Amino acid sequence: MTALTPEFVLARIQAALPEARVELVPNPSPSGQHALVVDRRDALQVAQFLKNDPELLLDYATNVSGVDYADHLEAVYHLFSIAKRQGPITLKTRTGDRAKDVTVPSLTPVWKSADFQEREAFDLFGIRFEGHPDLRRLLMWEEFADHPLRKDYIAPDDYEYEPTPHGAIVAKSQAHFSSVAHPASSPNA
Amino acid sequence: MSFHPHTSSFNGVQGAGALDVSLGPQHPSTHGVFRMNVRMEGETITKLQPVFGYLHRNHEKIAEANSWLGSMPYTDRLDYICPITNNWAYARAVEQLAGIEVPERAEYIRVIVGELTRLQNHTVFLGFILADMGAWGSALMYAFREREKILDLFEWLTGARMMVNYMRFGGVRCDLPVGWLEKARAYVETYPAFLDEMERLLTGNEILLARLQGVGILSGERAINGGLSGPVLRASGVDYDIRKVDAYGVYPRLSFRIPRGTVGDCYDRFMIRLLEARESIRILQQAFAQIPAGPTLNPAVKQRGFKPPAGEAYGRIEGPKGELGFHLISQGGEKPYRYHVRPPSLINLTLLEEMCLGTKIADVMVILGSIDIVLGEVDR
Repeated sequence: MTALTPEFVLARIQAALPEARVELVPNPSPSGQHALVVDRRDALQVAQFLKNDPELLLDYATNVSGVDYADHLEAVYHLFSIAKRQGPITLKTRTGDRAKDVTVPSLTPVWKSADFQEREAFDLFGIRFEGHPDLRRLLMWEEFADHPLRKDYIAPDDYEYEPTPHGAIVAKSQAHFSSVAHPASSPNA
Repeated sequence: MSFHPHTSSFNGVQGAGALDVSLGPQHPSTHGVFRMNVRMEGETITKLQPVFGYLHRNHEKIAEANSWLGSMPYTDRLDYICPITNNWAYARAVEQLAGIEVPERAEYIRVIVGELTRLQNHTVFLGFILADMGAWGSALMYAFREREKILDLFEWLTGARMMVNYMRFGGVRCDLPVGWLEKARAYVETYPAFLDEMERLLTGNEILLARLQGVGILSGERAINGGLSGPVLRASGVDYDIRKVDAYGVYPRLSFRIPRGTVGDCYDRFMIRLLEARESIRILQQAFAQIPAGPTLNPAVKQRGFKPPAGEAYGRIEGPKGELGFHLISQGGEKPYRYHVRPPSLINLTLLEEMCLGTKIADVMVILGSIDIVLGEVDR
């Protein structure tokens, strides 16, 4: 595979879209997969460019994952080019914070492959992908209230083997199931 | 946890003759617990919505609580038809993350067990797709008979038929037992005869052709945009095999061809497995001839209490079902900060609706079967 450096990609973006806010974030790992962090306001435009630029032709967005950091959430895209057999390029978009401002643009209109994976990141991290054609939970059920892959998630403690659910755990558990009327799912019913 | 149907799939029936049907999750042809909400006009599909999550156990959250090595046996449970390639993908991602070298013999062993896994996956696929077409039993039993012989080799090598826990960071857990290579070589010699028999029985069969040809056609362009990978992508005519593109391990030293489809229908997806199985046999024969003596594990890597340097990596291999990738983030600790699986089975379903629209309900099962999913990996 031809090596495609993020520096080169960044230079292409800056030449074509001078107003786009893209930043190269180095990755200290020996993998050398440095990331391009794109401001969410420009993400869709940059994604379109990456896919269509004749030098890059990043037509294959194989992987999308969410990451929870202390002060923001991140959507990570790993892009390859089948036409030019190059990649990976790591593209990241960041939310403003973890609570209220959790919106990033959906790149599903550019790469259909992001469809289920963005739904998964929405489901498990609570990242809202604006412009996604069908943003619903993927793996958890619709009534589920929380986002399990967040670092501060506490699993509802309604297991039969737990003799004395207590404190924050039982409060969390009750909050989880207060919206659901079905008796079988209420804790310790 | 009980399940509450949020909206009944029978709500919102529109137009004369429109019928919403919930297919699965206990349907024998959904390959596990997979559900599809299907809208039909007569028997023609006008809408299809896959419903996931029946086998979800949040593999990624559990892995974040495990040590780096502790997740290795758990990867066996992703695509439980092909546990060794799951091990390989995880090991390769960690090796990229930490910059670990793999000894030559270990790379050959990985190729041998990996291609045996591909062989048995594609064999089982042949059996299952026949079952999806209504030919329950015979083809599947033929396939399982052959698969069992490969699983016997795995059991001899790793101690377990399926839950192998075989790869380590920088190599494999144990060297090949005495006599294993000869036995494996002798077994692979018999395989072309089995494939010939399977082909004679199946590929010219009139019913099989009628059920597969022209069904669920997918263009290469759509397949790329939908992120499809592996045999499903190549059946649509796209020349993309990670073994060639990334040239990982010792694959550059082995000569093999990449079969491609021309139409992108279910028949191409069926044939491509047969052709890939034959190429796997070629790879295996070369690997048996070339495998050198030497260490099978990089001694510099401390497996227990493994702490990769801070950073992140996305590593991938060409699994039997497609691109199996791991996105790992380390903060230098004993546990991954983030561990994400890129499951080919899930992402190959992205275009299921597109492939099914306008076909008949009986074809949905064949199209789903031709994608070849395992729910342990779809739902994680």
